[in-house]
Amino acid sequence: MSVGERDNHSGHMTTGHEWNGIKELNTRVPRIVWACLIGSVIISVIMWVIWPTWPIWNTFTPGILKTDERAQLVQEIQQVAGKRSDIDQQIQAITYDGLIEKPELLSQVRSDAHLLFQDNCAACHGVQGKGEIGFPNLTDSAWLWERDEDVIMETLKVGINDQHPDTRTAEMLAFGREGMLERQAIKDVIAYVLKSGETPIDGKMDYGNAENGSLVFEENCASCHGEDAKGDTDIGAPNLIDNVWIYGGDTSSLFQTIWNGRKGHMPSWEGRLSETERKILTLYVMDLESANKGKSK
Amino acid sequence: MMAQLTSSERQNIIAIGLAILIGGFTLAILGRNDILGIHALLFVAAGGLAIIVGARNLYKPEPSEDRSQSYYDDPSKVGIFLALIWGIFGMFIGDWIAWLMAFPDMTFSEGWSSFGRLRPSHTTGVIFGFGGNALIATSFHVVQRTSRARLPSQVLPWFVLWGYNLFCLLGVTGYFMGITQSREYAEPEWYADIWLVIVWVSYFGLYIWTLARRKEPHIYVSNWYYMAFILVVAVLHIVNNLAVPLSWGSAKSYSLFSGVQDAMTQWWYGHNAVAFFLTAGFLGMMYYYLPKRAQRPIYSYRMSIISFWGITFFYMWAGSHHLHYTALPHWVQNLGMSFSVMLLVPSWASAGNALMTLNGAWHRVRDDAVLRFMMVAAIFYGLSTFEGSFMAIRPVNSLSHYTDWTVGHVHSGALGWVAMIVFGSFYALVPWLWKRKSMYSARLIEVHFWLALAGTVVYVFALWNAGIIQGLMWRTYNDGGTLAYSFMESVDAMRPYYVARGIGGLLFLTGTILCLYNVWMTTRMATETDTESVDQSVATLQPAE
Ligand code: HEC
Ligand code: HEC
Ligand code: HEM
Repeated sequence: MSVGERDNHSGHMTTGHEWNGIKELNTRVPRIVWACLIGSVIISVIMWVIWPTWPIWNTFTPGILKTDERAQLVQEIQQVAGKRSDIDQQIQAITYDGLIEKPELLSQVRSDAHLLFQDNCAACHGVQGKGEIGFPNLTDSAWLWERDEDVIMETLKVGINDQHPDTRTAEMLAFGREGMLERQAIKDVIAYVLKSGETPIDGKMDYGNAENGSLVFEENCASCHGEDAKGDTDIGAPNLIDNVWIYGGDTSSLFQTIWNGRKGHMPSWEGRLSETERKILTLYVMDLESANKGKSK
Repeated sequence: MMAQLTSSERQNIIAIGLAILIGGFTLAILGRNDILGIHALLFVAAGGLAIIVGARNLYKPEPSEDRSQSYYDDPSKVGIFLALIWGIFGMFIGDWIAWLMAFPDMTFSEGWSSFGRLRPSHTTGVIFGFGGNALIATSFHVVQRTSRARLPSQVLPWFVLWGYNLFCLLGVTGYFMGITQSREYAEPEWYADIWLVIVWVSYFGLYIWTLARRKEPHIYVSNWYYMAFILVVAVLHIVNNLAVPLSWGSAKSYSLFSGVQDAMTQWWYGHNAVAFFLTAGFLGMMYYYLPKRAQRPIYSYRMSIISFWGITFFYMWAGSHHLHYTALPHWVQNLGMSFSVMLLVPSWASAGNALMTLNGAWHRVRDDAVLRFMMVAAIFYGLSTFEGSFMAIRPVNSLSHYTDWTVGHVHSGALGWVAMIVFGSFYALVPWLWKRKSMYSARLIEVHFWLALAGTVVYVFALWNAGIIQGLMWRTYNDGGTLAYSFMESVDAMRPYYVARGIGGLLFLTGTILCLYNVWMTTRMATETDTESVDQSVATLQPAE
């Protein structure tokens, strides 16, 4: 039998065991530890009694409170929906011009749309809607498709170059790659486009022959971008002389555009956002431009 | 190091090497049309290396017979270095991804350096590489001292140590190549998992065998914990990794579980990995090195018993708190929550037992950074177990879950508890093992202590703030019933905290590098046969009393 000895510092007895110099005191477990242990067990037992906790064969103890989280969730969702339905109806019915007359509803739309836009659109169009290379700026006055509520609603619903059966399609042809235009002809038409617009040619005044380019344009481009190169919002062809570029206005980006073509993809949102949410975003996109105009003027 | 092996043991090494080599070749041939073919070459290399080492030493003289009168510490010595090297690797990757989260471009464009591959390399590097090697090294040391028995084999400990490191290497190299099961802390694929089973069963056998040969009448607390760690990790590992490979020639496998059962199995595993790998094993470490260094008896044997059984019993039920508010049935969540609450008491009893053991040695804690490492570890153990039980309460969890609070909680445990207790134990152990009077530099230990503490505090506070802000941003509604903040805005708000975490991590990493340097310099100092060393029996077995 091992014999304990008294530890001078604490006054407690040791157990009498020793392992390579390590001894153990035989101190009682402090009352507070027992109290906490029992307390925590009591708390747990209370949880077991009031909530569903223990499995019993193929079901479980329901608990005396009979909490059902699924039912609770459904109820909460209905509550919020009830609160929203009034606002949503107003939004469905209103036009942008009507909206700016109603400051309260406008601020509601703005705060709703802010979230929707950040979570769904900002990845492509930027946090402020100002776009990125390849993704159009939504705050300026240059539009691929008309700036009209119904048109924007439709764009959001079906997307552009998307898999939606009714998707809008808008493709810039690959004139170079497909062998429709020679390298020099492309350079010429670029010179023409840049000269017609206000974009300065980056240092290379001799880049191409603008006069020749004008002929190339008329033959190949005018059908979509218009005789005056101001684009066509019926088919989503951009204005080429407004100094606003989706894919860049320097000569090498332009060459890329015309040689390889472009086909931007705007997803359709019909399956992901409700009609009201799309309406909110439509109003918001229109508001973005107005807000921007207000600033620059 | 090979000088202590008998020639039959050297032959055994060659035989084992040959078996691994053949196994590796078979796997490489089966998987020749798959990434597995390349990965299996690691087995081939490991087997080849064992054969070379065995063969080159085959005809060296036999060791002297009196070796059985001493402890076998060579594997522990190597394990300490492996732990620190893995630690530096893992923490470097950790700090890299910490900065990456603040500045997403801070990486290369190749696939291996993407966040998704670096992250498991960090967790495997620190948990298994650093933590696991530290556990193996110290468990070999502790079990011999507390049993007064030499490890019964000189080959098995090497097999365990190197086999285990081969597993870690398979894991990390696999992630870089894109091989993963996508199960957190169990990412390595089926062939690595089978390999670990073999290694782990050997570890278990070796441990039991040593204990069976003990000359002490009782089994010391440390060994309870080390045994729990080894046994439960084996069970967890086997169950969670039950999977069917696509074919014997494919690295990919599919889990035997699916849906919510799969999730529950994974988090039963995940949570008990925290409990038995990152807690039980290190408690074993603490129970030996802390009283040794403080030269005080354990405060209460009875508390040790209560905490040990409390921890082992309650932890097993708590895993479902990782799946609150998911498809997991409500009752399973509640059950996990209630056990998580009860778990707090034995956890605090352990921390309390450790801190009360320091009664009568507080002057040493003040003067000795090594003991201070251990004390701070016990405090962080207490803090993070409190936090864990708190976060397991469902309404609290609804705020904390998916946020950086969780990551902060993990690191309060990982840095504050796991890493600190390892550093404290290593600084105590290294001079004993190498028979040096003391560590090379006490000043460097002091510097390391403050770097580690500062790093931990900065890290944990930054992520507490980050997590709570995130949680609140995700649940704030405006009057119209829609969320007030977009997800992107909550990401953007994290930047200052992520930068702070990166700085904290850098401090911590610097400390670890100092530790490796200090240990290395200590091993290069002259041997002292100073009997004043705390470890009285240094390396000779005392005759049974
Ligand atoms: C995957 C990227 C992407 C996302 C996400 C996206 N868009 Fe677009 N969007 C585009 C691209 C690209 C275009 C231009 C298509 C083209 O070039 O023909 C575009 C065009 C538009 C247009 C037409 C612009 C014009 O000038 O007529 C509107 C309006 C628009 N997006 C609104 C939105 C809204 C609102 C959202 C969020 C619900 C959204 N987009 C999300 C890529 C995206
Ligand atoms: C079939 C109709 C069509 C024809 C013909 C056509 N384009 Fe386009 N072009 C488009 C469409 C649609 C886009 C917008 C593509 C997008 O945004 O994805 C576009 C885009 C462009 C752009 C990019 C504008 C920007 O903002 O970055 C340039 C430049 C351009 N076209 C020049 C030309 C030139 C020069 C020609 C004649 C050689 C030409 N296009 C002929 C339909 C056409
Ligand atoms: C230099 C010190 C360290 C730094 C900078 C660091 C950094 C990180 C980072 C950035 C993550 C990813 C978090 C995320 O995905 O959001 C992470 C995860 C993790 N780290 Fe560390 N780490 C360090 C040390 C350690 C140590 C020593 C351990 C354990 C011994 C550890 C254990 C873990 C674990 C378990 C996770 C996963 C957490 C989770 O899933 O929530 N880390 N670490």
